[in-house]
Amino acid sequence: MTMNTVATDNPVPAGSEKHYLTNGHTLSSWLFTVDHKRIGILYLISLVVFFLLGGAAAVLFRLDLMTPAGDLLRSETYNKLFTMHGIVMIFFFLIPSIPAVLGNFLLPIMLGTRDVAFPKLNLLSWYVFMAGGLLALFAIVFGGVDSGWTFYTPYSTMYANSNVILAVCGAFIAGFSSIMTALNFVVTIHKMRAPGLTWFRLPLFVWAMYATSLVVLLGTPVVAITLVMIFVERLLHFGIFDPALGGDPVLFQHLFWFYSHPAVYIMILPSMGVVSELISAFSRRRIYGYKFVAYSSLAIAVIGFFVWGHHMFVSSQSVYAGLIFSFLTFFVAVPTAIKILNWTMTLYKGSVSLQAPMLYAFGFLGLFTIGGMTGLFLSTMATDIHLHDTYFVVAHFHYVMVGGGVMGFLGGLHFWWPKMTGRMYPEGWAIFAAIVIFVGFNLTFFPQFQLGYHGMPRRYHEYASQFQILHVMSTAGASILGFGYLIMTGYLIWSLKFGKVAGSNPWGARGLEWETTSPPPTENFLVTPVVKHEAYAYDVPSETSDVQEPRPEQHNV
Amino acid sequence: MSDSHPSHLAHQFDHVEQQRQASTMGIWLFLITEIMFFGGLFTGYIVYRTMYPEAWTAGSHELDIALGGFNTAVLIFSSLTMALAVHAAQVSNRRNQVLFIAATMILGLVFLGVKVVEYSAKFEHHLIPGPNFHFPGDIGTHVQLFFSFYFTMTGMHAVHMIIGEGIMLWLLINAAKGRYHKDYYNPVEVVGLYWHFVDIVWIFLFPLLYLIGRH
Amino acid sequence: MNSVFNLFPEQASSISSEIDLLYLFILIVSVVFTLLAAFLVIFFAVKYRRRSEDDRPEPPHADSKLEIAAGAFLLVLLMGMFFWGAKLYFKGNRPPSDAMEVLVTGKQWMWKLQHPNGKREINTLHVPLGVPVKLTMTSEDVIHSFFIPAFRVKNDVLPGRYTQVWFEPVKAGRYDLFCTEYCGNEHSRMVGWVEVMEPADYERWLSIGTTAAASTAAGGGPGESPVDAGARLFAELGCVTCHNQNSGALGPNLTGVFGREETMTDGSVVTVDENYLRESILNSQAKIVAGYAPIMPVFKGLINEDQLAQIIAYIKSLNDNGTDG
Repeated sequence: MTMNTVATDNPVPAGSEKHYLTNGHTLSSWLFTVDHKRIGILYLISLVVFFLLGGAAAVLFRLDLMTPAGDLLRSETYNKLFTMHGIVMIFFFLIPSIPAVLGNFLLPIMLGTRDVAFPKLNLLSWYVFMAGGLLALFAIVFGGVDSGWTFYTPYSTMYANSNVILAVCGAFIAGFSSIMTALNFVVTIHKMRAPGLTWFRLPLFVWAMYATSLVVLLGTPVVAITLVMIFVERLLHFGIFDPALGGDPVLFQHLFWFYSHPAVYIMILPSMGVVSELISAFSRRRIYGYKFVAYSSLAIAVIGFFVWGHHMFVSSQSVYAGLIFSFLTFFVAVPTAIKILNWTMTLYKGSVSLQAPMLYAFGFLGLFTIGGMTGLFLSTMATDIHLHDTYFVVAHFHYVMVGGGVMGFLGGLHFWWPKMTGRMYPEGWAIFAAIVIFVGFNLTFFPQFQLGYHGMPRRYHEYASQFQILHVMSTAGASILGFGYLIMTGYLIWSLKFGKVAGSNPWGARGLEWETTSPPPTENFLVTPVVKHEAYAYDVPSETSDVQEPRPEQHNV
Repeated sequence: MSDSHPSHLAHQFDHVEQQRQASTMGIWLFLITEIMFFGGLFTGYIVYRTMYPEAWTAGSHELDIALGGFNTAVLIFSSLTMALAVHAAQVSNRRNQVLFIAATMILGLVFLGVKVVEYSAKFEHHLIPGPNFHFPGDIGTHVQLFFSFYFTMTGMHAVHMIIGEGIMLWLLINAAKGRYHKDYYNPVEVVGLYWHFVDIVWIFLFPLLYLIGRH
Repeated sequence: MNSVFNLFPEQASSISSEIDLLYLFILIVSVVFTLLAAFLVIFFAVKYRRRSEDDRPEPPHADSKLEIAAGAFLLVLLMGMFFWGAKLYFKGNRPPSDAMEVLVTGKQWMWKLQHPNGKREINTLHVPLGVPVKLTMTSEDVIHSFFIPAFRVKNDVLPGRYTQVWFEPVKAGRYDLFCTEYCGNEHSRMVGWVEVMEPADYERWLSIGTTAAASTAAGGGPGESPVDAGARLFAELGCVTCHNQNSGALGPNLTGVFGREETMTDGSVVTVDENYLRESILNSQAKIVAGYAPIMPVFKGLINEDQLAQIIAYIKSLNDNGTDG
């Protein structure tokens, strides 16, 4: 499909019709909205701000790392910057990113319902998120935090001279926001599907949201109580992990990674869901092995809870525990690898169109494959001994979380941008930015694998001079990457006003979200959709894909 | 189903039954997160108890079993009054709803009051962990770990009780206004489930902290 | 100097090349699969590019055979990786019994090291070529991690317990030593060198000018070996009054106790290792050998990490020469 077919099927310009964006123009109509779509937009705006802040911190310390002596920053500042980068990017960007923005916006539409099960709770989750985020930012601006986002004890509780408590509170509060969103999603998926929408007719994005939400519900409370323990130990001087009292700092690591390893799946599973949608839409085919892809999300979520100890092969945990954690970790690799096979096989004999969202999906496939493959070096015990806490690990998790998570987010953002805003982004610029981001990302992080195997430890402000050349390459890449993000931010904002008006289904895609107008009305559908086909029924002519019947009762018009 | 749209049916739901099922499922999911939350504390407790059984025994001997037992009885009784409040809502009995919700609140306050008495006794005996902690003998430092867990666990439980009291106050006001009746009682039911959960946490805390190790 | 563009960094210990071989294996697997995936994606994207807006491709006919076959094949490959990695890990985890022991204490932000003859050094570790070396490590404050990239060894260094690293240098030279667990402000300055010397050079180095000042400051006499210092402390602190070979002694006889399995009063069986000795000295009531009364005083706060390590070194030495405990 080319761009010129896009604008023609719905000539009415955005803004002149009634939809969720025009349903109230005052600030309070946004701040007190319970519309899941508006809440998604609120999240989008907040997350972009956090992403730019976290990115700015990264640019600063990458510049500092150009020279082995770290001439730009003091070591104190450097430590606070990488801590800020970690806390902001993980707790306030990656974890909420796809669920809170795309999930909030799309989930009820994909389910053919008017809203999530608990709309007020949904709005509350945004306020709670902002409260946590602002508290963490306050901690960072006034004094800073230098414990690393991992808050390892006893450093965080007894030695750090920085605002650990405020940052811990921020992360703790933000956790409630994740839980509220996840709880809403699980209940909505269980109880509010449109007539005919059985579990195996759900889009894979919904399956991914479901698996993610389960991980959030089971994992987040554990990190919450762990943060409470940090709080109690640091503020009230209760000994909990203090070795002087016989406490065990490694216990903290167990509790922390019990959440923070599954948290990786909180970041990556939604992205996998988005990629399933993109690959299906841009090759006009049902996903190869739909059921496998759906179940594998759940399998990854479940196995993901039993592998946390692979972060601790050198922490003095028992060697037998290490053995089991290593063994189980390899089992996560299998469903993940087969998903990549399924996406690839979907292209086979498809009708592939390389538009910007699909480029991001391809970017995801490439970078996530590298991220996953390098995970093998780290789950193999003997090589992990050497690689643990080096730049190899840094490169690995950026390939997974940025190469996987962020690429999926950006692909999804472009794909559903016309649905969310009613406008098309400029395709040429988008393709250009996607390529710049892909190149910049690889130049930034690929040298770090080599740095890591040659022994460069992470979180180093100064380093041995032999590493400099690779650091310079990495910094050069980071500037290209940053440039790519800025171009993208620019043209997306531009498109809000000047983009071509999008029709209800600019991609010729299947899915309930493409059967309502762009942007959708506040109640999502004027008539309750009745689903008669499996997801991605591209072989069925679209006129008969989903017959719409009048809703018996409108509560909300 | 939706031949009427009563004021207590929120706009996103098609019918009352869907709304009831959603809120019930929501509260159960929330309680699962609560189990995981306290689970982290119980894990820490079990790890250290296994490492330092003598200190854990010595620590539990410092706790007042009479006050703890009394509080256990108070909470179990409050679960009964809560269940009666739910029943009163189901049969549209406004007077009994108010009565039993208020009774539950008072029992909760009694529990918290006793907790204050217990905490202040610990303060007098220098059993608050930190620089002023004092426990004679060689295992003092480990007893301090016990008390760190005692205060964190009972403290987290008390925070849940206080939040429960707040929600209960809101429930009381709405019950007095007659909002809950046989067609719409899920708020009472949901708060009731939360309250029972908080009780159950105490049912675990009491033997783990007060009883185990006593002879 | 070994360039960072070489595939492998310097291989200076007996396991370096073995780790590199495993690394190479995983690398080849990764490259093959990544290229295969990239090739297929690009090939399909080109070959099956959309030719007309009216393309209606057939839905895929997926039976689960391909997935199951691919999964089984992968699992076999991954299990190979797992077993290879685990085997090598266990090898790197078990020091030979004749390994030379060096005591390591990490603190913000330096490494303190002590050789068997008592010689101390800071941030530089001299070791003889071809001799297995075992490091017994602890921390005075936060968690550190001891990493020598050229040797492919690393282990966290924790407060309140001992951890180990061992290696056998196979190439003379000077290698980086890094702290790899973030430990605060000057984490990146908690670095040093490992000097691998010919054994004769090492002996010469050991014998000249033990740094008297450092040893005295830490409570040992100049040039006093950890074992000797431990023996002295054992007498000075009065340990010997109960731990001796007399029948009816109040404490267990410690000769040959190291490495033995002892039954505790609660019936559990404990292998006597550095961490057990450490606990038994600092918190003597924690685990008591069956048949003895809990009468030993607690030494926590009375002795520092160095002295503790010396006493443990002395108790371990009782296994070798059978001197009176």
